[in-house]
Amino acid sequence: MMNSKHILRWFSITSVWLWLILFALVPALLVILTSFLHYDANELVRWQLTWHNYQRLFDAQYLLVFWRSFLLASVCTGLCLIIAYPFAYFLARLHQGKYLLLLLIMIPFWTSSLIRTYAIVAILKAKGVLNTLLIYSGLIEKPLSILYSTPAVLIGLVYSLLPFMILPLYASIEKLDRRLIDAARDLGANRIRIFWHVMLPLTLPGIMGGLLLVLLPAMSLFYIPDILGGARSLLIGNAIADQFLSAHNWPVGSAVSMLLSALMILMLLLYFKINKTQTLLQSDDLNL
Amino acid sequence: MSPNVVEFRHIVKQFQDHRVLNDISFEVKAGEFLTLLGPSGCGKTTLLRILSGFERPDSGSVFINGRDVTVLAPQERHVNTVFQSYALFPHLSVFDNVAFGLRCKRVSKVLIEQQVVNALRMVKLEGLLQRKPHQLSGGQQQRVAVARAAVNNPPVLLLDEPLSALDYRLRKAMRIELKQLQMQLGISFIFVTHDQEEALSMSDRLIVLHEGSVVQIGTPREIYEEPTSLQVAQFIGEVNIFPTQLIAIGEHTLDVLIEGKQFLLKKRASVTYKQTLYTLVRPEDIKVWALNEVSNTDRMLRGTIEQVIYKGATVDLIIRLASKTRIASTQFFNEDDEKLDFEVNESVWLHWIPGWEVMLSSDEL
Repeated sequence: MMNSKHILRWFSITSVWLWLILFALVPALLVILTSFLHYDANELVRWQLTWHNYQRLFDAQYLLVFWRSFLLASVCTGLCLIIAYPFAYFLARLHQGKYLLLLLIMIPFWTSSLIRTYAIVAILKAKGVLNTLLIYSGLIEKPLSILYSTPAVLIGLVYSLLPFMILPLYASIEKLDRRLIDAARDLGANRIRIFWHVMLPLTLPGIMGGLLLVLLPAMSLFYIPDILGGARSLLIGNAIADQFLSAHNWPVGSAVSMLLSALMILMLLLYFKINKTQTLLQSDDLNL
Repeated sequence: MSPNVVEFRHIVKQFQDHRVLNDISFEVKAGEFLTLLGPSGCGKTTLLRILSGFERPDSGSVFINGRDVTVLAPQERHVNTVFQSYALFPHLSVFDNVAFGLRCKRVSKVLIEQQVVNALRMVKLEGLLQRKPHQLSGGQQQRVAVARAAVNNPPVLLLDEPLSALDYRLRKAMRIELKQLQMQLGISFIFVTHDQEEALSMSDRLIVLHEGSVVQIGTPREIYEEPTSLQVAQFIGEVNIFPTQLIAIGEHTLDVLIEGKQFLLKKRASVTYKQTLYTLVRPEDIKVWALNEVSNTDRMLRGTIEQVIYKGATVDLIIRLASKTRIASTQFFNEDDEKLDFEVNESVWLHWIPGWEVMLSSDEL
């Protein structure tokens, strides 16, 4: 008995390790390696180390992509936060049907996001659902040309990423001790003060989690601008996809990827730091 | 201005089908320490939440300083609460916690600094301004909660079982401190508790609640010594209840039969022949004698010691009477009566000084 238990444990731990090494660590190392190699038109890479690919990241062309990408992702994240916070708040306060609503938020994920993005095309295009409705209701006379513009990309990004903002916010607001809000009201705080001085600081881990889960994907979901946007290379994701798929310049593509990874690691560190202090703060009201 | 800081008038509150408060009326006088006492579920916390504004009564009204506040939100009322769990803001320092209410009122920075430091000095925490709540002990958190409420100088401070999370020693110490603080501040305290010892030792007046109704209002002494119902008598301290048979009503006395023995007790105005009577005697009023200690046993009951509980300052005895009724008695060490070392199964005589009993009739049950 003891032995079979032992073997099972050994097997499960080893298989997890193997999986992670094979499909996460090795590819990541390959990307790191590639990012330091020379570009070669015939054989993809030349086996010679160089900083050149990283230097190219400082080209005006790339800097512009980074900047635009960051801007677009930030606007998307901001919109998600503004929409998701009240949504998560009321969801957490609901007595009935909250699990049904949570389920409804997650159901669209059972469909491929590519298909859902094409569905947005059907809604936004010149003779699409949205324009037909608006013209029919008499609000506008000529169809709006939203598709293949930055707003269309924003709509697509916000739609796809909103649940990633709602779920961590929901978890965090749900956990918030309602008695603290009672205490604030008892001390004479109005709604605005309660929000800024009690709710916001105490749900910061949820906000940070949501930002993390939305901002980075928003910079790399290349197929959304591809399908909904007009201009190419709107996001870093597009730049990476272009390097790999069109230009076949894997070393530069890898270097851009590494930049994104570095950004992600940085944000994760920040998140853990905030989360750690918050957990410490939250744990005090029950003990002693 | 009326001398009453708070007035409850005919408060009724219902949750779904359950009536939690049933026509509650009472007032809180300026500067008094008033305790709402009752078992859990008696509606005392709901009453407090109606006063602080977190609940609205179905009917009836609440007045604070003569002003009807029944429909006002908590932030619009000038009362402050010390919550059972303290509900300190975990992300704010002690200073910022205490300053919270003053900042809501847009008090100037200089004044806030001054008042917060004063409030914290009052609860002896002036050295811990920059600590976060999780860095404080339970007792210290409790003091911060008191300071945070008291710094706003409300006409009445509400305390919702504030000591229940503390250990016994700390609780006893905090009772004295809270009482001192109340006298120092000169404001009314409404203290909610289910702990009768707390209620008796701290309050100027007590309101005993039972299943959503006020059953008795009085000073701790009145409530303990002259309970008006068996509920109150049983809830406040221990009590022995003897079914009592009325034989004759005299001019000043009642001739009654208790446990088959005849007693002459003090006459109560309301007693009639039709009622079922109960005689109530507190354990500390029952004296126990060994068989050889007494000669005249006319006014005594015979029993057998069933249990001896040594408590240091007192010895508690459980005595079984011939009728199988169990009687509790608390014996104090004193010079007249050296013999306290009773043994289990020992036969004894017990009695109480006539007049120290309370008599209640069944319609007060």
